[in-house]
Amino acid sequence: MSTDNTSATPKEWQHRTSKQRLIIWVCWLALVALTVYCWQVMTESTIWAFVADAPRQAADLGARMMPPKWSYINVLWVPLWHTLNIATLGTLIGVALAVPVAFLAARNTTPSRAIVRPIALFIIVSSRSINSLIWALLLVSIIGPGILAGIVAIGLRSIGFVAKLLYEAIEETDITQIEAITATGASRAQVVNYGILPQILPALYGISVFRWDINIRESTILGLVGAGGIGLQLQASLNVLAWPQVTLIFIVILATVVVSEWVSAKVRHAII
Amino acid sequence: MLRVDALSKTYATGDKALDSVSFTVEAGQVVGLIGPSGAGKSTLIRCVNRLVEPTSGSVHLNNQAITGLSRKQLGEMRRRIGMIFQEYALVERLTVMENVLSGRLGYVSFWRSFLRKFPAEDVQQAYALLDRVGLIQHANKRADALSGGQRQRVGIARALEQNPELLLVDEPTASLDPKTSRSIMRLIVGICQERNLPAIINIHDVVLARQFTQRLIGLQDGKVVFDGLPSELDDSVLTRIYGEEDWTAIEGDRAEDAESAEDESVA
Repeated sequence: MSTDNTSATPKEWQHRTSKQRLIIWVCWLALVALTVYCWQVMTESTIWAFVADAPRQAADLGARMMPPKWSYINVLWVPLWHTLNIATLGTLIGVALAVPVAFLAARNTTPSRAIVRPIALFIIVSSRSINSLIWALLLVSIIGPGILAGIVAIGLRSIGFVAKLLYEAIEETDITQIEAITATGASRAQVVNYGILPQILPALYGISVFRWDINIRESTILGLVGAGGIGLQLQASLNVLAWPQVTLIFIVILATVVVSEWVSAKVRHAII
Repeated sequence: MLRVDALSKTYATGDKALDSVSFTVEAGQVVGLIGPSGAGKSTLIRCVNRLVEPTSGSVHLNNQAITGLSRKQLGEMRRRIGMIFQEYALVERLTVMENVLSGRLGYVSFWRSFLRKFPAEDVQQAYALLDRVGLIQHANKRADALSGGQRQRVGIARALEQNPELLLVDEPTASLDPKTSRSIMRLIVGICQERNLPAIINIHDVVLARQFTQRLIGLQDGKVVFDGLPSELDDSVLTRIYGEEDWTAIEGDRAEDAESAEDESVA
């Protein structure tokens, strides 16, 4: 017990020091200034006559889009099936490649923090930083237009997403369970199989289904760059200004996404 | 027989957890390791099977050195050392049976263990052990469906499934109620006597330690400050291990222990 503490009891208590308060105030000020500046940049290049005209244009387009051309659905079944295949096979490829990458990237399982881990992290970042539409654009020019380009694009895009979430799950595993398996004299592979895998399996299933759900949405537009699926039909209809067909495609995409989201929610609920 | 010679451990942070610790444990002897939090009890136990790598000193099990073994040899050595953990350390999402069979991992190939195709005698032994710890009807339940006491029994069965030559036990009763704690301690000590196993039990409950162990080692700041019979653990020794405190309640227990021990010997 030092006497200093007892004699110099502070009279009041404040949540933050005055320096912290100043910093917070400056940050808010900067944010407001940035907003004002951005607003100016935006309005500079805006033609206000067009904006004023917007409601009328929207109504006009809406009128041309209605009613949907329901008979067109017969043309859509095959592209829709292709879209589902692109999403599903792409997800499978992505997950299969992401699992080893995740183990190489996780601090507690990587064989080398100095060399292997940075490489694995680089794979994750490069996969994540490129949108699947751009992956598809590249792949269409490399392996030609069609479903394969779409599948590979979705697969490459998924690696980063799945590997990142999975390696975080691996790093959060309970060390004592792994220690216990190690203490039995198990080999490295057996420690992964018995100590780590059971702990991350729910996360792996959850992440995969979540990514599949996202991939369904992404694969609907891959056709715009020639990578197969329902997007091809969308582009064809847009090119000939067949607005009632576009409406039907929107409806079909919406229905597919709703169903996939429902499936993914059900599956994740069943696992966790 | 376990022999520990001048074992020291200094962590990368500079903390000296163990300072030249030496002792031997004979077959069938159950040694309680007591001491305040941070005295190095956990580190000591983990240095024996090298879950923590000791800085210097040596450990021998049945005259075979554990320190200095290669990675592969260490795996073979670890198969011979059963370990029981605080908070059980079961793989929560595996079944009780898989947890017990994981004690055989060092003996089966990766693919056999991956496919859960363990040799028939391993499975038979696992059933026998589950029967011994009273959990045979729970064999196919998931480990996280069991209560604390039951989980620790699975942990004991897993360690015994290895057919160990030594048991390392780290705070086996830390999260159990007093009654369950006693039944778990009775089980561990009973098994050690049945199999003539040496055991080191890391335990912070002095009363429990005195009731169930044959010998106590007191650690304080990484050094052995007491090594003797539970009956020798008096006021001055407790103060040496833990520091100045009023020990009358524990002393009272000691008198009762002595009486009940006499009763038992009479009976």
